Amino acid sequence: MRRKVAITGIGAVSALGVGMDALWAGMVEGRSGLGPIERFDPSGFASRLGGEVRGFTARDHVPKTYRKAVKVMARDIELAVAAAAEAVADAGLVTKAGAGDGAELTYPAGRLGCQIGAGLIAADTTELSIALTTSLVEEDGTERFSWARWGSETGAEPGSGGAMVNLQPLWLLKYLPNMLACHVTILHGAEGPSNTLTCGEASGLLSAGEAARVIERGDAEACFAGGAEDKLNLMAMARMHLAKRLAATGDSTDALAFCKPFDPSATGGLLGEGGSVVILEAMDEARARDGKVYAEVAGFGAGQSGLAMAGVGDGEPPEVNEGLVVAIEAALADAGVRAGDVDAIVPAAMGVAWLDTAEAGALHAVFSDRLASIPMVTTRPFVGECMAGGGALQLAVGAKMLSEQRLPARLHGSNPAEGLDAGACASRGAKFRTVLVCSTSMGGQNAAVVLRAANN
Amino acid sequence: MSTRRVVITGQGAVTPLGHTAAQTWAGLLAGRSAVGPIGGFEAQQFSTNFGAEVKGFVAEEHLTAEQLRAHAGAGKSTLFAMASAQQAWKQAGLGTLDDLQRRRVGVYLGAGEGTPDYTSMVAMNLAGWDADKRQSDPVRWAQSAMSLMTPAKEIEQEPNVAVAHVAELVGAMGPAMNCMTACAASTQAVGEAAAIIRRGDADMMLAGGCHSMLHPLGMTGFMRLTAMSTRRDDPSRAARPFDRTRDGFVMGEGAGILVLESLEHAQARGATVLAEIAGFGSSADAFRITDMHPDGEGARLAMASAMRQAGLDPEKPRADGRPAVDYISAHGTGTKENDTVETRAIKRLFGEQSAGLAVSSIKSMMGHLIQAAGAVELIACVQAIATGWLPPTINVSEQDPACDLDVIANEARDMNARGGVEVCLSNSFGFGGQNDSLVVRRFRS
Repeated sequence: MRRKVAITGIGAVSALGVGMDALWAGMVEGRSGLGPIERFDPSGFASRLGGEVRGFTARDHVPKTYRKAVKVMARDIELAVAAAAEAVADAGLVTKAGAGDGAELTYPAGRLGCQIGAGLIAADTTELSIALTTSLVEEDGTERFSWARWGSETGAEPGSGGAMVNLQPLWLLKYLPNMLACHVTILHGAEGPSNTLTCGEASGLLSAGEAARVIERGDAEACFAGGAEDKLNLMAMARMHLAKRLAATGDSTDALAFCKPFDPSATGGLLGEGGSVVILEAMDEARARDGKVYAEVAGFGAGQSGLAMAGVGDGEPPEVNEGLVVAIEAALADAGVRAGDVDAIVPAAMGVAWLDTAEAGALHAVFSDRLASIPMVTTRPFVGECMAGGGALQLAVGAKMLSEQRLPARLHGSNPAEGLDAGACASRGAKFRTVLVCSTSMGGQNAAVVLRAANN
Repeated sequence: MSTRRVVITGQGAVTPLGHTAAQTWAGLLAGRSAVGPIGGFEAQQFSTNFGAEVKGFVAEEHLTAEQLRAHAGAGKSTLFAMASAQQAWKQAGLGTLDDLQRRRVGVYLGAGEGTPDYTSMVAMNLAGWDADKRQSDPVRWAQSAMSLMTPAKEIEQEPNVAVAHVAELVGAMGPAMNCMTACAASTQAVGEAAAIIRRGDADMMLAGGCHSMLHPLGMTGFMRLTAMSTRRDDPSRAARPFDRTRDGFVMGEGAGILVLESLEHAQARGATVLAEIAGFGSSADAFRITDMHPDGEGARLAMASAMRQAGLDPEKPRADGRPAVDYISAHGTGTKENDTVETRAIKRLFGEQSAGLAVSSIKSMMGHLIQAAGAVELIACVQAIATGWLPPTINVSEQDPACDLDVIANEARDMNARGGVEVCLSNSFGFGGQNDSLVVRRFRS
């Protein structure tokens, strides 16, 4: 008999606010968190709208003794740390962070694991540029960039007084992708199996699936799982523009007009920042301590697409994302359910026409004509594209749909392709037993998770 | 749920010591250092101006013209991975997969980010600089970035792109992932890939890693942390794990990829089994972002989990009186802290048995391949089992008393007269407190 895995705590940070309650309330009310980017002047880019988390700092979500460490946290890390803190509190777990007055830990340190998906974290351009602009040397009356000057002052011993000393000594540690998990493990004393998956938009769901496997095979009782990413920085904006993933908004402030999941006329998505961390826990342990169960992680599957689907090279993208078909079919089989049992789908629905066409193609391949009657829940019009955080937010929403027995609202700037229940609608009560959450990625990795209602 | 045995049937590597697993192994047994002055960029004025570069690598010697056309944009470390995957696939006797097989074959890498496109990176940051405000001007930065950056060069730097290339190379459509757990990544990738096969979610996995941080910013990150050796007057002796005068690690680059397979799948197709993955353990120090746990608690935990999964008691000798493992491929970076803490962790786990444990760090010869290190070190363990020879740690002039293990100093050790090599433990520890260990064992049916 396989050990069952439950979601027992949820934390989320998104453009709708800090906390899962803020995300869920916004989605139920049909209120988007997208708007003009204010963190920097985006007018050098074609896409100028996004999903910012306003007024947020991890300082408010760590113990006083840990506040100094926030200085070496890139924004991605801050998002993960805050989401993890909320997840722990929500699950009612006692971890090192809360075990002040001799309170007993829910689980021994070595039985608490952590898998938080991440992206490549962008270096702060000002900090990097201070160093780069110090690295110019004059040669024949013109200035030239020099790696020699980067290493040392002109004429000095190697390594002495080079431009690179403008970078703080711990510079690298601000940007290593596994630092999301690193800070969370330190704060909560999670010494068990640990991993950091970096598979673009699929990172969050893959991490949840892999963490569920760790618990299932008995290597931990509970795991942090999810992902977080900040795409609202110069480097991420530039790269996503180059990858042709973004809508050219110009000076428009009407973000929703650009959010068109599964609409073949969609011109691209909008970026965001955010993520979710959930607590996965062995079902028997959660029940034994009377923990709340949002949903069971009943099935997981993963699969790889070809290069064109991955956005690599210049091949013609396919009509059907075959790697996603592999992932979904594996997840359904793993959960022991048929396609006909799925009551709702939380797809990636990125609002990028060719990606959505291929995702819809994959869903059609699995669900055939019944797809038209399965409600979909699209998260990007609410929070934007949070990459590694995106799949994790989908998972959190899927779990909440099961615990609340409610379909959130859908926002849409136009109409989706025919045969899909994905157009604008208000929130409504529903009877859900099985929810499929799936994600595809730039890079071609795909993940699918089947969530099942808890029999509370 | 099945718990199947997982075996290795192919392996490939591109390292500073050679462009194949066999060449790398020959270099390791010969105790050859691949460390020298950096030729790839203007590093002369860096405090660490030497490293272990992969030299003379020509992709055309490993991949067909057709393959290279289909993967035209692949960056340096991705090409290392593809060449390694090709070697491993060939050694495993594998060819084209049919549609059903493709779903049962996956890829799990610990691939690092690609090398930045420095030409555009430097130019756009300089153009975007507002000297009066002492900060980047976002509008100018954006405009110059959009005109200077090349889409293909940017996407090829994403860490999950190597997985896409390797999967395409063999037609794999099964479970595919990439992890970035710093210097532990490819050990982790192999361990997690084995777990996927063990559970029955795939029949075969290509697993390993690739990475190159042998470029200005990659080196800078570690120089700022003072983690690298600055022995500029004697580069080939700079990587000296376990030596009293060690002063940091030496940067390397490369890739290592293995074909992992369920035992029944390997036997059904008549494959030659090279070794068995017997155990995997992962843990977090959960201590500090900069320092290892002083007692090596996280390292001990990862090793203990791997040993437990392999059914081995670290404190109990085998029937022939030898310790439970014959050889530990240490993380052994050559920093003051790592080698001392790793020694402590090994001694805490193995107790009295630790005295008879042969240990070495091949980073002394090929440098630290960062995310790719663990996979290549695992390949060295497989070769040790196959040949009965253990690779040395070179540059040990005076062993540090704080590292009082049986360090195989300077010359390879022939274990054949002592019954060969049965079981090896391979350690990888990463910044951020990530620890991963693998136990690999001679295959016996």
